[in-house]
Amino acid sequence: MEIAIISGKGGTGKSSISAAFATLSQQVVLADCDVDAANLYILFNPTHEEEQIFVSGQKAVIDYNKCRNCGSCLDTCRFEAISLSDGEIVISDILCDGCKLCSRICPFEAINMVNEDKSKMYTGSFRNGKMVYGRLSPGEENSGKLVNMVRNKAKQLSKDHQLETIIIDGPPGIGCSAISTITGVDHVVIVTEPTISGLHDMKRALEITSNFKLKTWVIVNKFDLNTDLTHQIESYCQQRNISVVGKFPFDRLVVDAMVNCKSVIEFAPDSEVAKMIRESYSAITHIDSKQIH
Amino acid sequence: MIKKIKIAIASGKGGTGKTFVSTNLFYTLQQEGTDVTLVDCDAEEPNALAFFSGELENSTQITQLVPVMDESKCTFCGKCHEYCNYNAIFFLNEAKIIKVMDELCHGCGACSVACEFGAISEKEDVLGEVNRYAVTEKTSLIEARMKVGVYSPVSVIKAAIKEADNAEVILMDSPPGTSCPFIQTVAQADYVILVTEPTPFGLSDLKQSVETLKTMHKPYGVIINRANLGNDDVYVYLNKENIPLLLNIPFDKTIASIYSKGELLCKHQPHWQSQFKNLFNNIKYLYGNSNN
Repeated sequence: MEIAIISGKGGTGKSSISAAFATLSQQVVLADCDVDAANLYILFNPTHEEEQIFVSGQKAVIDYNKCRNCGSCLDTCRFEAISLSDGEIVISDILCDGCKLCSRICPFEAINMVNEDKSKMYTGSFRNGKMVYGRLSPGEENSGKLVNMVRNKAKQLSKDHQLETIIIDGPPGIGCSAISTITGVDHVVIVTEPTISGLHDMKRALEITSNFKLKTWVIVNKFDLNTDLTHQIESYCQQRNISVVGKFPFDRLVVDAMVNCKSVIEFAPDSEVAKMIRESYSAITHIDSKQIH
Repeated sequence: MIKKIKIAIASGKGGTGKTFVSTNLFYTLQQEGTDVTLVDCDAEEPNALAFFSGELENSTQITQLVPVMDESKCTFCGKCHEYCNYNAIFFLNEAKIIKVMDELCHGCGACSVACEFGAISEKEDVLGEVNRYAVTEKTSLIEARMKVGVYSPVSVIKAAIKEADNAEVILMDSPPGTSCPFIQTVAQADYVILVTEPTPFGLSDLKQSVETLKTMHKPYGVIINRANLGNDDVYVYLNKENIPLLLNIPFDKTIASIYSKGELLCKHQPHWQSQFKNLFNNIKYLYGNSNN
């Protein structure tokens, strides 16, 4: 069973809730698919068992020994990445999209494609099972592909070690990495907060999950910061037959848990918020909450 | 005379308060009579407009060209498939199947160049829109809004920044993270404000943003939001790295509640307006120094 936690808006508490879910039932595979800002390894300090390079794309690089400044490449680039500066052809690292067209059409074979291979995927064990996470190197793209790689690895680990449940911590937003995170999972949990931005972003995230016809649940985190907006979120979800499976209050314990490198379930197992998280998890997975520790 | 300046408001971690800072800084400069434009570059989830009432002045659709195959002309040679560096052309030689997967296409045009049989033409595919709203007589808000289901917001972001034209001060509310959308935004900036929170997650993402900005040779400073939650590690880090701390914003349920309603702190508590004014003057000073 794959459970993906996403949010649309950043900072709603996705990772804290993923961490809590991952430490509830005994053994899981935890996949950190927020490859742009993977953070769960900080809490769980997994062992370092395997490391794989991820080639995110390519960049065009000019060989100035061969370039004759003919300018053929200038007109073909649709990303405005190639320009003439002081009589010399220059390719912008930032604007180059890696399509390779310039390299293909250069009459002097003066443009080479170089792999962007600084992104990595790591696998290891942590106190509640296996963990896999990707780290996209700054400025690199194709995060969706890295997310797929992380998820495939997680599925393999789940099979190899008979770990039934895969918890996926997703990225913010609704772009390619978010789409890759939820494609084909059994449950999507959207964590939102009662702010105008939280509501707006949840709506966009729900559009994506309904396009993909995925079983979707909503959690309103820090619901007590604005109860009016919490009601608005609830009625929006009700109209669309989406169950709001949890409303958690703002609680400093959640931040204190993180500062102590623990999930709130580990840090304060008897707290009200831990109890609520257990109940939500039980409702999503149909696992009896008495069996969840 | 004020020199023109473009400021990006960014963060590695999402939800640290980028939009909160952007909108309050925008409002403060508005009140000062500054010629300022706010560009909401978070095209996946644009939110800044919720804080202002603006009149839509114009809306531009952002498109890219994607190939259309004319199978009557196609000889199934496979050259377009070979030229596509994004695996967006599905090709089975023996079965004579060729298909464009629009969602993987980056619109580079390589397949059109590859085709020797005139079998590929192009159509426009909508990626999103750029909306310009007049907020006051002198100031406007430009919103980059990616269409739901599109894979990358980059083209829409670039178009929105271009639309920001000649304003004296341009504020860019950046998308979270340090990947392509972030780079495309901060690459245009003269100065970058990084908004973080004093938690292990916040600090880890801040470090990654700082490393990225160093390689881009951009001057930057840090705002710590919800300053009284979490621990002191971020202050130790800023001190050690000699990174300017621009502002501390405490966690306060009143502030959170004002923000949640889509309202501006500087309007509710005018003493914050002078804090944001000082922030701007400080940035101008720091930028001036980094430029010399």
